[in-house]
Amino acid sequence: MDTQDLIFGINGPVVTVRNSRSFSMMEMVFVGNERLVGEVIGVSDKLTTIQVYEETTGLHPGEPVYGTGSPMNVTLGPGILNNIFDGIERPLKEIAKQSGPFISRGSRVPSLDEDRQWDVTLCIKPGDRVKGGDIYAECPETPIIRHKCMVPPTLSGTISKVSPDGKYRVNDTIAVLTDGEGQEHSLTLCQKWPIRSPRPIAGRLQPTIPLITGQRVIDTLFPISKGGTAAIPGGFGTGKTMTQHQLAKWCDADIIIYVGCGERGNEMSQVLDEFSELIDPKSGRPMTDRTVLIANTSNMPVAAREASIYTGITLGEYYRDMGYHVALMADSTSRWAEALREISGRLEEMPAEEGFPAYLPSRLSEFYERAGIVDNLNGTVGSVTIIGAVSPQGSDFSEPVTQNTKRFTRCFWALDKNLAYARHYPAINWMQSYSEYFSDLNPWYVKHEGEEFIKYRKEINKILQQENKLMEIVKLIGSDVLPDDQKLTIEIARVIRVGFLQQNAFHAEDTYVPLDKQKRMMEVILHLYHKSKHLISAGVPISGIIKSGLFDKLTKMKYDIPNNKLEMFDDYKKDIDQTLSAIVSA
Amino acid sequence: MILDYIGVKDISGPLIVLDNIDNASFEEIVDIHLDDGTMRQGRIVQMDGKRVVIQVFEGTRGISLTNTRTRLLGHPMEMSLSPEILGRIFNGSGQPIDGLGDIFPVKTANVNGTPINPVSRLYPKNYINTGISTIDVLMTLIRGQKLPIFSGSGMKHNELAVQIARQAKISDEENGNFAIVFAAMGVKSDVADYFRRSFDESGILQRVVMFLNLANDPIIERILTPRCALTVAEYLAFELGMHVLVIMTDMTSYAEALREFSSSKGEIPGRKGYPGYLYSDLASLYERAGMIRGKPGSVTQIPILTMPNDDVTHPVPDLTGYITEGQIVLDRSLDSSGVYPPVSVLPSLSRLMKDGIGKGYTREDHSALSNQLFAAYARVMDARSLASVIGEEELSPEDKQYIQFGKLFESKFISQGAHENRTIDQSLDLGWELLSVLPRGTLDRVDDATLDKYYEPAKKRAKAASADAKKSFSMAGIPADQKTDSPQESGADNA
Repeated sequence: MDTQDLIFGINGPVVTVRNSRSFSMMEMVFVGNERLVGEVIGVSDKLTTIQVYEETTGLHPGEPVYGTGSPMNVTLGPGILNNIFDGIERPLKEIAKQSGPFISRGSRVPSLDEDRQWDVTLCIKPGDRVKGGDIYAECPETPIIRHKCMVPPTLSGTISKVSPDGKYRVNDTIAVLTDGEGQEHSLTLCQKWPIRSPRPIAGRLQPTIPLITGQRVIDTLFPISKGGTAAIPGGFGTGKTMTQHQLAKWCDADIIIYVGCGERGNEMSQVLDEFSELIDPKSGRPMTDRTVLIANTSNMPVAAREASIYTGITLGEYYRDMGYHVALMADSTSRWAEALREISGRLEEMPAEEGFPAYLPSRLSEFYERAGIVDNLNGTVGSVTIIGAVSPQGSDFSEPVTQNTKRFTRCFWALDKNLAYARHYPAINWMQSYSEYFSDLNPWYVKHEGEEFIKYRKEINKILQQENKLMEIVKLIGSDVLPDDQKLTIEIARVIRVGFLQQNAFHAEDTYVPLDKQKRMMEVILHLYHKSKHLISAGVPISGIIKSGLFDKLTKMKYDIPNNKLEMFDDYKKDIDQTLSAIVSA
Repeated sequence: MILDYIGVKDISGPLIVLDNIDNASFEEIVDIHLDDGTMRQGRIVQMDGKRVVIQVFEGTRGISLTNTRTRLLGHPMEMSLSPEILGRIFNGSGQPIDGLGDIFPVKTANVNGTPINPVSRLYPKNYINTGISTIDVLMTLIRGQKLPIFSGSGMKHNELAVQIARQAKISDEENGNFAIVFAAMGVKSDVADYFRRSFDESGILQRVVMFLNLANDPIIERILTPRCALTVAEYLAFELGMHVLVIMTDMTSYAEALREFSSSKGEIPGRKGYPGYLYSDLASLYERAGMIRGKPGSVTQIPILTMPNDDVTHPVPDLTGYITEGQIVLDRSLDSSGVYPPVSVLPSLSRLMKDGIGKGYTREDHSALSNQLFAAYARVMDARSLASVIGEEELSPEDKQYIQFGKLFESKFISQGAHENRTIDQSLDLGWELLSVLPRGTLDRVDDATLDKYYEPAKKRAKAASADAKKSFSMAGIPADQKTDSPQESGADNA
């Protein structure tokens, strides 16, 4: 379907066409002689409104607009992993090859490498009845991820023709499916899917498996489940991006999708550099083998920034359908909300709070609802976890994006400016943050780490709460007047804060900490707490215990005990016992 | 065929509306000839069929509905470029104003630039030694970074920018390959003159390209000023392979010009009346900093902005902070107590620093030291707020040590002369010397090996020095501990 309509008006990324009846809502179009990619966002009998995903400088009224007849979609197939795309799934490496270091307009590059040969194994035979989601072929996409080609969710029928195993390109037909009406559909290695529609599933599951991140404050205090949603709000300089990078590097998802939405170009090149150098401990392969990057930096066209979030989640759902656990990092959703605001402003829509359009909450909820751990159509189980950074304007958490995000995410990891100023990273504030997944995840923790883990976590939490109250007093009258048992709470809370919650992303041992070590660390800290408490109630002054250096020793155990030598914790406990009994006898 | 369109249909603020225009393109540049023989330039900012909206760079004063002839130039705003551009002075829209004639262009480039492909970016890792302790140790500037100075009216941001420009040049081994692009937006003429004089005094004026849009120049030109400047910077860096430092002052005036322009176009305002696209617009400037794989040059940006009412949550510093790779925040109370440069350490940050410091770049202890200094200084702030309630006398001995550390830190480390150029080793050693005031047990950001290697010797040095000082001062009859308490005196010691 190729219709000829002409540009009438141009205002930034918004282009209008007059008196056209050929476009449908959300249809993908090509604008102008350079065929810039655009999407229809408003239709009336007089005026069709199009948002253009590329720079509109130099466009003339009267240039043609071509319809495509289909909504904005992405190509799904092998070659997505280990790649970097812009917001509408154009491979940036190919664009760089074509047009050099600066992105020029109207680049016409297929999303997936069309010449690359894949080693395909077919898993169907003629006569098989298949339905949407069924896997008909597999190929090793990267050495660690097997790509599974699935029947598009809208199709079902009988396989009438199958090619032998062998090497194929993404657009080669490898099987033919005949549907109920007798129509033939050829199945290739790839399929297309509209980015704004969630891919169908068979059913949702209870989120009972945690996403292990190796970050102590998250795994212990504010855990997230596989298929969960989390928001990381924080003003600039509080370490949103660093936290996202850490999670992307270390969380135990199979596939990582990192969406750099309206963020810095240098950050994306850092991700590229670091991920290709970082060797995955489980597989011994670079991180990039299971990563997709979507980079729409802040100076790239704003409409594509709006789309990049949807492109990311659609790729995520596709891998989920294969039965993988996917973690999607969106950095930052505020930029996406601002892109909505910008386009809404150009359309002269009635603004709601702070100039954001009134449909902001519904767009946010639609996006976060696409996360989840699910039963797929083909019977596998997969999940998409969404971790969205939020950049509140003026570091004010009461602004619309943070508040609305809070309503639709179940983990809230609030980053705190004062912690960041003191270079306490990750600067997750333990008083403001929360996780609603505790009750769902507790059985898993009990099964894998034992009842103690839950007990320790509660106790650590309690000490931190107590400290918070005590600090109010200390701020007014100083810590000297406190009784010794309260001084102990403050001291031990310091050990928890500095020795446990704070984690050094640049330290080889400390950057990722397995759950077992997290548990043992809590155990030793609480051991010291209980023993000291006992001593203090027996009248031993706290100054003596502090002087022994035990507290300082525990704040450094995160560095001193390697992740694979957990037996050293027993020595620490022994040392605590000996030192304390020496104090008593002296 | 060149067509002139006579008259305009509508005038509103800096915008004029023309009707029945054929063949215009979006963002095209137009010449507007007035009947009195003068000529102005404008840019098409909105089009609806044959009706176009043009922003006039020099303002619409004197334009009536009938006295103009408008000619479409057929291309977007472009800047003439050639190696001879170094040492020249331009107005805000890129016209030479130094009386040396037009630039003979080797090439022309669209001032809007095009985004650098993220995969072609080279992640910046080379640090720039600025010779300023706070910046070098705590918020290291990296080549290809964009590191703004958040200041307020009346603070010494201009001096700091000049000092960075001057000293960053000296430490550079590729000395001849260095250029400065200076963009003044809405600053007073004496400020612009101060920069010119300072560049002249340090003998680098021939390597400076200046763009001056002064406080009384038209605001539409102000919107173009940084774009012209960055186009020149990109040309020098990526075509001629130079290391370019771009100083842009004052970004707040720029954002205000954008607001004025947006409201005269009748756009829906966002926060504080600024247009909803302020973030994207600022990003289109700041993101032009960086390095490109396979090209020798770099564009480093130091935008300066004055925070209205010293409010860091104001939209301009707020959005800037979200785009730039860190910020240097200046502090009014430090400034009024005579500390120069008045860098407010805690909120300042360099995001690219972590990969450009340490072994092989600066020194192995750098990262640990800077973390520890930040943590210790944060503790000083806690101790001070406590002291303001209960009095310094009542503080615990440890808090008193921190108060002492805080004083030394501000008077010796932050404070330094405007012409004092400290090497990185000097600055780092100074940091350890200050930490040696604190007991070893409280230094929880540093591992033991580093402490043994740097903290202990510093402690010994400090002890020896204080013994010496005691000796000489007791001879002169002055008690030893008064010496470190006065910032002026110890500042002078360092100069």
